Amino acid sequence: MEKTWNNKAWFMVLPVLVLVAFSAVIPLMTVVNYSVQDTFGNNEFFWAGTDWYVDVLTSDRFWDALTRNLIFSAIILAIEIPLGIIIALNMPKKGLGVPVCLVLMALPLLIPWNVVGTIWQVFGRVDIGLLGRTLEALGINYNYVQNPIDAWVTLIVMDVWHWTSLVVLLCYAGLVSIPDAYYQAAKIDGASRWSVFRYIQLPKMKRVLLIAFLLRFMDSFMIYTEPFVVTGGGPGNSTTFLSIDLVKMAIGQFDLGPAAALSIIYFLIILLLSWIFYTVMTTSDAQS
Amino acid sequence: MARIDLEHIRHAYGAKPKSENDYALKEVHHEWNDGGAYALLGPSGCGKTTLLNIISGLINPSEGRILFDGKDVTHLSTQDRNIAQVFQFPVIYDTMTVYDNLAFPLRNRHVPETEVDRRVKEIIEMIGLGGWAGKKAQGLTADQKQKISLGRGLVRSDVSAILFDEPLTVIDPEMKWVLRSQIKRLHKQFGFTMVYVTHDQTEALTFADKVVVMYDGQIVQIGTPAELFERPRHTFVGYFIGSPGMNVLPAKIDGSTATIGGETIALNFRPEIKSGAKTELGIRPEFVSIGREGMPVAISKVEDIGRHKIVRARFADQPISIILDEDGEIPAEPRIAFDQKAINIYADSWRVGGEA
Repeated sequence: MEKTWNNKAWFMVLPVLVLVAFSAVIPLMTVVNYSVQDTFGNNEFFWAGTDWYVDVLTSDRFWDALTRNLIFSAIILAIEIPLGIIIALNMPKKGLGVPVCLVLMALPLLIPWNVVGTIWQVFGRVDIGLLGRTLEALGINYNYVQNPIDAWVTLIVMDVWHWTSLVVLLCYAGLVSIPDAYYQAAKIDGASRWSVFRYIQLPKMKRVLLIAFLLRFMDSFMIYTEPFVVTGGGPGNSTTFLSIDLVKMAIGQFDLGPAAALSIIYFLIILLLSWIFYTVMTTSDAQS
Repeated sequence: MARIDLEHIRHAYGAKPKSENDYALKEVHHEWNDGGAYALLGPSGCGKTTLLNIISGLINPSEGRILFDGKDVTHLSTQDRNIAQVFQFPVIYDTMTVYDNLAFPLRNRHVPETEVDRRVKEIIEMIGLGGWAGKKAQGLTADQKQKISLGRGLVRSDVSAILFDEPLTVIDPEMKWVLRSQIKRLHKQFGFTMVYVTHDQTEALTFADKVVVMYDGQIVQIGTPAELFERPRHTFVGYFIGSPGMNVLPAKIDGSTATIGGETIALNFRPEIKSGAKTELGIRPEFVSIGREGMPVAISKVEDIGRHKIVRARFADQPISIILDEDGEIPAEPRIAFDQKAINIYADSWRVGGEA
């Protein structure tokens, strides 16, 4: 088909281009600019080439934070995806239970992230927090301020509490779109509960699960607010993720060059991993 | 294969039915013979699918019992009843191959793999998907998918009955004929008890030995296609079967004569009618003849549909349809006559007093 070229059309998209340029492209290019130069203030810049990148990539600090990020995301996905599926499968399909469940599920998603952090920060405190006091009363030694394991557990439980709903809601949307005839046919065919899940429900949820997986990966990989509020990256560096490290570097130490380089690397990692997940998941679909 | 008895079955979808109208299925008491081919015919919403789902066990009836070969199965699950059912829209397992789809009901019942292989290969040839065995079921066309649904119903050789719930709705017309004759052939070959739900009278009449006509939650007539045509028990059956349907004209009945408007028609029997009943005379368009003799009629339209003509007319201020041969002539002052043997008399919509 011949496309008609209409140069006036460009004017129509211009406002959006300008907006995107200001909101995304220019800030990103500024970061690129910082990442290849050195500055001592006064708006004086010196060419640094790839030095900052080399610095970042050869530092233990970067690799440690990256490892923490990857472990955190892996744990989050391993818990939230199956848990979300299980909850969605057990949610009522009709009646009064549906709106009740949906509202309960949506509640954690509606709370601002720093508030979520504050809630858990208080909740887990051994002196005044309900969770902290209860665990102490039960004789469990729990202190997320001093014990790295406790800090991790707190962050993971908090994230599960905060975000599993998203997976549930997406899966539930996939499940309710399955016509009754499928379940009836499965009964007629003598399918077990597992077969119904494996051959009817899971295939129908596949697309929404892909979205849930990508969203949860990206969000958990970029997590900042909640650990910043709850643990501030500690104890020690045990919960210092890339995002927290980045802010320390840029705002705390004012190392703009290395921080910019780290930002670019961070961005590329998320882009790359998301692309890999997406490609792997969609091509396995297409082969069928 | 089994004989199926429905004993005083009633079903309401609401929890506490108060009046007769709360029942989606009013009392059904009927026996389906072993190896019979039945069609359940009726308009949408008349309770056909409800009745079918009660037989298959997807729905538990509010009242009554279901017996398979004399054994009470009312509270058995679908799996335990050993029923096959084909649904209106194709249900396939997307991620499986065509072969695995067909093998699925057998494997779930732990049939030995060699037997599975034998049965599946047989069925896959029968439904004409021989070359597709290894293909994923996802990319198939609607009628191929429906063939798989059919095949999954047929693959189990030991089923008590096979139930079809408007299975050919999504299929192209020419493919419908092919599939329907395949189902009929299978019925002859294996002698399954088959119940076929449809709202298409042609489908019902060509498929079944006995047609069960349902209307408003109840069975109004069970009969062979010929019985339904000649002696409709209820005016609904008259309307619903035949093209065009039966002419039903309000009539006064007096002894063995009927009066429509100012015209008097002699009957060959004396209907027994309770006083106060609404009486009607039913005559199929096929048994009305046009000529110079008889009762006057005003022709409003003639539809030529090829094999014959359908004449739409007004008789005694009532619309009436008449079927005329392709080369039949309509005289200048047309008059009509009813074939006395084909007249049915209805009181409050139910046919009355036969050969008295």
